[in-house]
Amino acid sequence: MKGIGKTLLLIGATSDIGRATALIYAEAGWDVLLAGRNRSAVQREADDISARTGASVLIHELDILATSRFEDFVGVVSPLPDTAVCVVGELGEQSRAERELEHAAMIMRTNFEGPALLLGLLAERFAARGSGTIVGISSVAGDRGRASNYVYGAAKAGLTAFLSGLRNRLSSSGVRVLTVKPGFVRTRMTNAMKLPPLLTAEPREVAKRIFAVAEGGRGGDVVYVRPIWRPLMTVVRSIPEPIFKRLRL
Amino acid sequence: MEGWGRYPRHESQAIDCWLPEALAGTVTSRTGLIGRGNGRSYGDAAIGEYSTLMCRGLSRMRRFDPSSATLTVEAGVMLSDILRSFVPRGYFPPVVPGTKFVTVGGMIASDVHGKNHHRDGGFGDHVIEFKLVVASGEVLTCSRTHNPELFFATVGGMGMTGIVEEATFRLRPIESGWIAQKTIVAENLGEALKALQQTEDATYSVAWIDTLSQGASLGRSLIFVGEHATLDQLAGMPRADRFAAKDAGVVSLPFDLPQWLLNKTSVAAFNELYFRAGARKAAKTSLVHWDKYFFPLDGILEWNRLYGRRGFLQHQCVVPAEDALPVLSGILDRFARSGKGSFLAVLKKLGGGNGLLSFPSPGYTLALDLPVTQEVFGLLDEIDELVVRAGGRLYLAKDARQSRQTFEAGYTRLAAFKELRKVTGADRHFNSRLAKRLGI
Ligand SMILES: Cc1cc2nc3c(=O)[nH]c(=O)nc-3n(C[C@H](O)[C@H](O)[C@H](O)COP(=O)(O)OP(=O)(O)OC[C@H]3O[C@@H](n4cnc5c(N)ncnc54)[C@H](O)[C@@H]3O)c2cc1C
Repeated sequence: MKGIGKTLLLIGATSDIGRATALIYAEAGWDVLLAGRNRSAVQREADDISARTGASVLIHELDILATSRFEDFVGVVSPLPDTAVCVVGELGEQSRAERELEHAAMIMRTNFEGPALLLGLLAERFAARGSGTIVGISSVAGDRGRASNYVYGAAKAGLTAFLSGLRNRLSSSGVRVLTVKPGFVRTRMTNAMKLPPLLTAEPREVAKRIFAVAEGGRGGDVVYVRPIWRPLMTVVRSIPEPIFKRLRL
Repeated sequence: MEGWGRYPRHESQAIDCWLPEALAGTVTSRTGLIGRGNGRSYGDAAIGEYSTLMCRGLSRMRRFDPSSATLTVEAGVMLSDILRSFVPRGYFPPVVPGTKFVTVGGMIASDVHGKNHHRDGGFGDHVIEFKLVVASGEVLTCSRTHNPELFFATVGGMGMTGIVEEATFRLRPIESGWIAQKTIVAENLGEALKALQQTEDATYSVAWIDTLSQGASLGRSLIFVGEHATLDQLAGMPRADRFAAKDAGVVSLPFDLPQWLLNKTSVAAFNELYFRAGARKAAKTSLVHWDKYFFPLDGILEWNRLYGRRGFLQHQCVVPAEDALPVLSGILDRFARSGKGSFLAVLKKLGGGNGLLSFPSPGYTLALDLPVTQEVFGLLDEIDELVVRAGGRLYLAKDARQSRQTFEAGYTRLAAFKELRKVTGADRHFNSRLAKRLGI
């Protein structure tokens, strides 16, 4: 495979969506830089991608909760990637988060604080260069808080708002900012759950969509992987609060 | 839990496995465990006595060395993934079975044979080494020189020696993704055997038999002979087309078909059309996409549901070349008279296998599908008699019902295999329903 001289930075490389996304980019001839918490696990993904595609894949150890290291990381990352995709996320357990501050904080920091700070820093360097694409993976759960996962949902809502603001600010800087909301995805985490087939995407499908929107320019700035989610969430968002609070969602 | 044939069905606890490092702990803490790849074996080989280790999560490729064309992958990597990554880069797996939806672990455990077995041997013959998690939880590297006893017991050993964690094997360079195919028409079984004998130098060969024709045309067949097409055969085809990926429209069977649909008349009509179409192409060489040549059935996902809820059996035997004509005629005749139609039977020439329990042995192998019915078991027992008397045996990856006697008569190196299981402690940890049924 001949390289095309472009680099993807994938943050959260050991997630199923992250892995599939990095692979799609590598298949298209991109160089790939994988960042993740566990060095040997990230190396396993890097080896996989380079064996499958012949692409050059580098790795970087990075913990999304270690925010004090971000400036160093963003300062040294080289070459500065053309596109950065952050898929980091942690569903956590809602009921535990209601009782344990620490668990709730971990969910908020993993889904909002870490990704927002990191993507914000990268955006600064992209803006200075005058080009680049930032892709944040948010969630339909951030479209409206629900009893079953509002800690996670709130953090994702924060990320959605952050990305929206960032996009607004950088709209004339040559930097694109995308928000991707995958909906249900068939992954390791959801392996045991029964998910509605119509609303459930495969990791590779999510990855293809990310690539198509980020690099092909197809689709808008806020992307629902399966189009059906958009009208569905419009409905969910428009249910008046007095009614919504009595629904068990 | 069930195999591809959906018969038999057993309770077994599924254990997921996502990381190679987790294997040792799972293995040592269990008994009655067996590894499972993509569940494409037909019967009870991939159903653990108590629990079943789902190896699909071990799906990472480790490294590829272009200078020697060797690939190292985790055992749960699918053949379809290898094809997708490597055909466009000019490499083909050394051996492929009739479906690409199998894992490397499953291919080693069954020592699968392809249409090139007569020339290139089974998949195990191309494996350089693998890592095996044995009963003690140790990870042993096995090759022809390193732990050779374990190596040859694991190749074809149906998971009964341990869990294959990763494996290294050689790919073959190809000039294109096309197969130059010639079709030979054989009017009966004798001609079919002769044609397979005469095309022994060809890389790929296989015969599709019409199982419903009887008498003088018993065993009438189409023999498909194939070679990887070379550049000059493709005469100026652009590179993109030479390696064209054809994610050919895959359709799924969304429901179980009622069993009456597969009756003698519908099958006979299908076969007639199939053979006329084949005969029209005879003698000419045509270019066929690799996907269609090797995996014609993969175009219909879940075609096993064609046989309805009760499932189906595949009967695959191999018999030595000397007596192949009378024995296989006897078998085909018995099937034809029973009226238990299979769409088609597959006939192929095999060379020897090297694993202690490898299925292939020099001779001819015949495989047929049969829907599960009350009477079919008696019929198959009778046919097994013919196989055993001829010194043949049945393929464990397809088996769901053979008797212990049939099995023991066919697998002459069984004692050595059992001994190795005892010595390594495998007999206490690794047991499938098949192992229990056959007393391995
Ligand atoms: C349509 C079709 C066509 C076929 N054509 C052919 C053919 O032409 N030639 C041929 O030889 N076979 C053929 N087969 C059979 C098939 O190749 C084998 O059954 C193969 O082993 C299935 O692989 P799997 O990954 O699905 O394994 P499974 O069915 O899940 O398991 C098969 C065996 O492998 C063992 N196993 C799986 N993974 C591991 C592991 N990691 N470590 C140790 N043991 C493991 C299991 O314990 C079991 O004994 C065909 C099957 C189908 C459905």
